[in-house]
Amino acid sequence: MSDSIDNKKIVDRFAGEKREHSYIEDLDSVSTADKERMRLAGIDTTTRERSATYLQKDHSLVHCNVTQEGLEVMDIKTALETHGWLNEYVWRLVKPDKDEFTKQADEVPHLGYFIRALPGVKSLSPVQACLYLATDSISQNVHNIIIAEEGSNLHIITGCSTAPGVASGLHIGVSEFYVKKGATVSFTMIHNWSEGVVVRPRSSIRVEENGRFINNYIVLNPVESIQMYPSTHLVGDNAVTSLNSILVAPKGSHLDIGGRAVLSGKNTRAEIIARAITTGGTIYSRGQIVGEVPGVKAHLECKGLILEGGGSIIAIPELEGRAEDLELSHEAAVGRINQSEINYLMARGLTEDEAVGVIVRGFLHVDIEGLPPELKEEISRNIQKSQKEYL
Amino acid sequence: MLHIEDLKVQIEGRVVLDGVNLDVPEGKTHVLFGPNGSGKTSLLMTIMGFEEYKVLRGKIYFRGEDITGLPIHERAKLGIGMSFQRPPSVDGLKLGELIHLIGCEEDKVEEIASEIKFEHFLNRDVNVGFSGGEIKRSELLQLMAQQPDLLLFDEPESGVDLESIVLIGKTISDLLKERDGGGRRYCLKKEREKRKRSGLIITHTGHILDYVDADEGHVIYNGRIACEANPREILREISANGYEECLRCLTQ
Repeated sequence: MSDSIDNKKIVDRFAGEKREHSYIEDLDSVSTADKERMRLAGIDTTTRERSATYLQKDHSLVHCNVTQEGLEVMDIKTALETHGWLNEYVWRLVKPDKDEFTKQADEVPHLGYFIRALPGVKSLSPVQACLYLATDSISQNVHNIIIAEEGSNLHIITGCSTAPGVASGLHIGVSEFYVKKGATVSFTMIHNWSEGVVVRPRSSIRVEENGRFINNYIVLNPVESIQMYPSTHLVGDNAVTSLNSILVAPKGSHLDIGGRAVLSGKNTRAEIIARAITTGGTIYSRGQIVGEVPGVKAHLECKGLILEGGGSIIAIPELEGRAEDLELSHEAAVGRINQSEINYLMARGLTEDEAVGVIVRGFLHVDIEGLPPELKEEISRNIQKSQKEYL
Repeated sequence: MLHIEDLKVQIEGRVVLDGVNLDVPEGKTHVLFGPNGSGKTSLLMTIMGFEEYKVLRGKIYFRGEDITGLPIHERAKLGIGMSFQRPPSVDGLKLGELIHLIGCEEDKVEEIASEIKFEHFLNRDVNVGFSGGEIKRSELLQLMAQQPDLLLFDEPESGVDLESIVLIGKTISDLLKERDGGGRRYCLKKEREKRKRSGLIITHTGHILDYVDADEGHVIYNGRIACEANPREILREISANGYEECLRCLTQ
């Protein structure tokens, strides 16, 4: 009850103002400062290595371009006008009355993206979608639908960021994913907010037979609070999911990040991996695996590092087995950097700071499946950059 | 090169070295023998500068400079390097990246790794899941990148199969060889004048003596250096009579 009152307070804090922006034909004309903010969220404004680009600024679609046939990218409003059948996909996996935020997204919608791969189509390079908060103290309530039709392969990078000087705001993102038979979706979300931004994504994913859903979530920079708990339902036989998060909480950041995998199809597999570092902020790292039928396998792993700054990490793994003959496991460890590793690297000539930096980078560097090399490098650069600033 | 005076060292409240005096001149390689727990590893860790090895008394000099109070990385920068017996593993740090960080030019990493037949491990996390022999090669590769002037080896041949010991022995021998101007073959960041290397090697089995020209041997017993002699003679003596004779030596 008190939760919903607090949620209402957050919604009211940023409610009201509507902010529209005009369309940008040429992304090159975006200011260098904005480009840099977007780059830190994985968005490449040159669009060279991207098969499609969707850019939403506050409440307006400001750029949308698709270069590969068989991919559809548009704002959700246009998509609903284009595809009569799309109503069957909206508010099916997430319910509007789930909480104050989904209610807000339903009642005061501000677009959101629709991304679809037609049957058998494989995105040659990632589709990128950027949700940009350009005005201070407003709320951006988006609703996204992602559909990978049978046998398709869809690679998406979504970057959320604030413009320079935007100190606060609310981002609500409802996302519904449909991964159909034999399709693969690899979805990488990078958040690059600022100190006063409240973020409430609400995502749910349905994976059919032989489908694969890979979700990578990365947040390295300060934010007021993020709370999310994407829920993946492996309904088809042999469906697979992998949910990875890389979380850094500087002082003032409150991250409550989880992931749920429900294994109800035969022979389904799930893996939830989190790497969390606090340099003063609070991280709740949750994970829940529900095995509903015999023979399924899933693993949950959370490793947390508490660096200087007095932060805390709370790891909450949950395993729920509801059938015989299934294999669910978890491992969680929270602590500090092993001094012997620091000493070892110092014996090779690295200073203590250099050694700590290398170890932290290694700790965050989980081999994330489904990331193209250039994005790996990008993430590596982001980690190094945030390290310099906050560690 | 290395000069140690009356060293007394404590770890976790227990004295592990007491009254150690040792000289390793430039260009010379010395060998340390001694039973388990006698203080051999403690001596190497203290020379390298690990903080938990607390120096209660005495001094360590490297090329005439008192390094007793220096942090580990400064000793490494001065030219001291160590091959650890049981190094920690570092998750997420690729061995190849570490070799580059240590100072090897990026495009030479694979070349030096192939010298010790370890190029297939460059993409692996440092020491993660390495076998005993692989750890030794990882350690030597790191020293090859570091090219120190004083090399400390803690049981470089333990856990290594007979085939690999030839390679490891040759590599150690090579590391201890004098280098001419320029010094670092692959890592030419620093121009160095012609300089002779020194080594201090802990061994239990003495196998390493088949590959390295060792000039002198010492036996450490109960935290003290019991004798100094030809390393092969010491090995013969220990093989025949164990370390009992050393105790007699010390109490004489």
